[in-house]
Amino acid sequence: MKPTALVIGGGLHGASAATQLARSGFRVTVVEKNYAGRHASGVNAGGVRRLGRHPAEIPLAVAALARWQRLETLIGDDGGFHPCGQIKVAENDEDMARLVSRAAEVRELGFDHEIILSREELRRRVPAVAPHCVGALACDGDGAANPYRTLTAWRRQSQREGAIWREGVQVTRVDRVPGGGWRLSTDHPDLPGLDADWLINCAGGWAGGLCGALDECVAMQPQALMLTITERVTPFLGPVIGSASRALSFKQMDNGSVMIGGGIAGCIDTGGEHADVRLAGLAQNVQTALGLFPFMRDVRVVRTWAGIEGVTGDGIPVLGLSWRHPRLIHSFGYSAHGFQLSAITGEIVRDLALEREPALPIAPFDIRRFDSSSAAARASHTH
Amino acid sequence: MKTIPLAIIGAGPAGIAAALTAARHGLKPVVFDEQPAPGGQIYRALESTPLRDPELLGQDYWHGRSLIEALRRESVDYRPGHMVWQLTRDGEIGVLAGDTAALIRAERIVLATGAQERPFPVPGWTLPGVMGAGAAQVLLKTSGVVAQAPMVLAGSGPLLYLVAVQYLRAGAKVAAILETTSKENRRLALAHIGGAIRGWRYLKKGAELLRELKRAGVRHERHVVALRAEGDETLTGVGWRTADRPDDWQHCEATTLLLHHGVVPNVQMTRALGGAHDWSEQQLCWRPRRDAFGRSDIENFFIAGDGGGIGGARAAQLQGELAALAALESLGHIDGPTLAREAAPARRKLDAELVVRPFLDALYRPGDSWRRPDDDVVVCRCEEISAGEIRRVAKLGCAGPNQMKSFTRCGMGPCQGRLCGLTVSEILAAENDQSLEQTGYYRLRPPFKPITLGQLASAAGGAPEAPARNETETAS
Ligand SMILES: Cc1cc2nc3c(=O)[nH]c(=O)nc-3n(C[C@H](O)[C@H](O)[C@H](O)COP(=O)(O)OP(=O)(O)OC[C@H]3O[C@@H](n4cnc5c(N)ncnc54)[C@H](O)[C@@H]3O)c2cc1C
Ligand SMILES: Cc1cc2nc3c(=O)[nH]c(=O)nc-3n(C[C@H](O)[C@H](O)[C@H](O)COP(=O)(O)OP(=O)(O)OC[C@H]3O[C@@H](n4cnc5c(N)ncnc54)[C@H](O)[C@@H]3O)c2cc1C
Repeated sequence: MKPTALVIGGGLHGASAATQLARSGFRVTVVEKNYAGRHASGVNAGGVRRLGRHPAEIPLAVAALARWQRLETLIGDDGGFHPCGQIKVAENDEDMARLVSRAAEVRELGFDHEIILSREELRRRVPAVAPHCVGALACDGDGAANPYRTLTAWRRQSQREGAIWREGVQVTRVDRVPGGGWRLSTDHPDLPGLDADWLINCAGGWAGGLCGALDECVAMQPQALMLTITERVTPFLGPVIGSASRALSFKQMDNGSVMIGGGIAGCIDTGGEHADVRLAGLAQNVQTALGLFPFMRDVRVVRTWAGIEGVTGDGIPVLGLSWRHPRLIHSFGYSAHGFQLSAITGEIVRDLALEREPALPIAPFDIRRFDSSSAAARASHTH
Repeated sequence: MKTIPLAIIGAGPAGIAAALTAARHGLKPVVFDEQPAPGGQIYRALESTPLRDPELLGQDYWHGRSLIEALRRESVDYRPGHMVWQLTRDGEIGVLAGDTAALIRAERIVLATGAQERPFPVPGWTLPGVMGAGAAQVLLKTSGVVAQAPMVLAGSGPLLYLVAVQYLRAGAKVAAILETTSKENRRLALAHIGGAIRGWRYLKKGAELLRELKRAGVRHERHVVALRAEGDETLTGVGWRTADRPDDWQHCEATTLLLHHGVVPNVQMTRALGGAHDWSEQQLCWRPRRDAFGRSDIENFFIAGDGGGIGGARAAQLQGELAALAALESLGHIDGPTLAREAAPARRKLDAELVVRPFLDALYRPGDSWRRPDDDVVVCRCEEISAGEIRRVAKLGCAGPNQMKSFTRCGMGPCQGRLCGLTVSEILAAENDQSLEQTGYYRLRPPFKPITLGQLASAAGGAPEAPARNETETAS
């Protein structure tokens, strides 16, 4: 009989895991309390970025990009991916020094995707950037895609592989079944209980709560990250722009609108389902953007929003097996940069469920890093 | 951030009445309104309109004079030219005045932001020369200028006749009125005739307006079942079919076409705040939930006037009084018995004012084909999404307007879905065979009206930069 897996969370990481598990012979059900992509995965900025990644994430990001480049063959749609490049701009010499040492650090790790741009080269690639900018760090081949379209393509692919999606169903309780396996209770009258051999926690901003119920220690908070969209502007920008020392992500979309973000936090209402923007943070974010592109001053904002994302204490995700419970896999806490990684995380979850060593290093994402009582156990595991 | 006890958003009849009530009880409210002068939609530009002859705009218009004079006289911190572009549930108000955005917090907020015209999507409605009758009326009140070229008005509802007559009196050439009210509606409205007779004042006014149009020799087409705006670059004519001659397109030359299918509550703010909304089958619109005093289901927020359901200007004024009383009571400024005593007369008058509504709503209810147009009609003007595209995406399994947005960008343009929201919800509900409640509406996000990046940045002021974040934490 086929092994069964329940995925909690119909975001990108749930969809990616569901796709790979179903393809490898699991009977998969994805349970989503709202609708697929309702939260971070459907409303994010769409940045596909290796640039500036935490060293631990670089191998995954590099592997993920290779998937993005052939996304259409993998899941039937390219998700609107454009490899327009990503550039982090230096506004002064101090910024530049920081970028130069970053590029060296990445090279030392054995990667060559981050390159330094001179002032002239930056101006050539981004003629509209403010004159005070002195140079940049760039990553060719990075780019941006359409989040909801990408999520829809992963969901469809998982369904083609046989996964079942239950939207509008909230998991309210998780129990271990004596003798192995899991039983989930839901708020849906037709689905009082769901059983499976494997449980996959892809609950995004709500994953911390789930961990609490499972007695797992983790430092993770849901955060509302804000974005601002402008009216359409004549095309002036190819790559996605960031800043060396300030929180910013700035890009022009196909239709001419400009999207401004940078992981600035808004607020979440007490029900935890509704994210609100905060004027002060938005204003700061926009001021940063205008510092780099002052000519945008009179362009109108048509929309702002905030999406709920799980942000961990150390800013990198939790991806790996539970050490408290057998047959429980975590994949959450992508901390504002999980869109790009979703192309690879499903394969890692699959490897773990097949009880084989994943092809990429995931030790830094082990959940035990948050559990002081098991620090010793971790030390013995990694050696 | 500065905190004030009571903010009122909107200076139409509802907002002014709320402000006067608070002032009368010794509490000085702050009133924000984006317009340069008080009066709201109905009393727009009352202090400055060049059309000073009371006959031109009519008695109902000049009724507003006493309200506006009182607003100027009483202890009210009235701030014209202040657009509220953001609100949070804990009372943070983002205000834009000139080029400066600022933040203020209020302990209680009365939303009195009024109504907007119902979207009226027909072929060609995006052509220059086609506009809402209410929007045209605003132009008339503020500038007093009318074009000499022929104008056609189409749709239904009391405001349609009123605007036609106001234009006529101001010297415009009204070529035709094309009325979409069906025979069926007349029959159904009769069921509510009891209320209508008690609200006879309205019926009498309507009849007078019609007589005036007739006397002026305006062509009046009834039972219009299809309509289109014609022209390549700009409007040159109007075509229509009637129930009596369903196969013939009739035509008339026109450079202006004013469309009107009644007004619906402006729900931008209550939606953005995440308040509960109920679908009103009687008025075919969303109504934010409020109790008899205008208390919303969002703590510390009150709703007065047409923004909570269409009742007209007199009802709006009474609701403004009630909402202010309820806000004063919740601030502890007046006690429960005072609230009950002061509210009683306003509540009685309000009941009498609303008695005619079921009749008017039934009579002027726009038929299904007007609200759910044919496939080739543009629904979202900003992103140019047609009714056909919405139906196609619905077939792909799109159940609600927010998913529609993610699929097609429908409703994501500068109008924030104001001009397509109702149409999209109604088409999706019909396609998916779901109720409007199940289908839902757009999640709305600030800004309520567009604001420039420079204006938004001004709210950051000279505040120090947020500390730089570790670069790996920055979203891309
Ligand atoms: C505004 C914003 C901009 C961003 N920009 C970028 C970017 O440019 N580049 C980048 O790489 N990343 C970006 N990110 C981050 C990226 O979007 C996320 O890391 C990623 O989408 C997380 O996916 P997920 O599947 O873990 O979470 P989600 O998409 O949040 O999915 C989790 C799902 O689990 C469901 N769920 C939770 N609990 C339960 C339960 N008990 N029962 C049933 N269902 C449950 C939730 O409803 C939710 O839909 C951004 C995020 C935001 C919010
Ligand atoms: C275009 C139009 C024309 C109308 N003409 C008439 C008429 O001639 N006769 C008639 O009987 N009825 C008319 N009505 C119906 C009208 O809704 C009511 O008669 C009456 O005006 C309702 O009063 P109110 O106080 O609820 O709202 P309103 O009178 O609409 O007042 C709302 C006020 O809120 C302000 N406001 C809205 N949003 C913001 C914001 N974000 N920031 C700051 N201020 C804001 C507006 O500027 C406005 O002044 C019209 C309606 C519309 C939409």
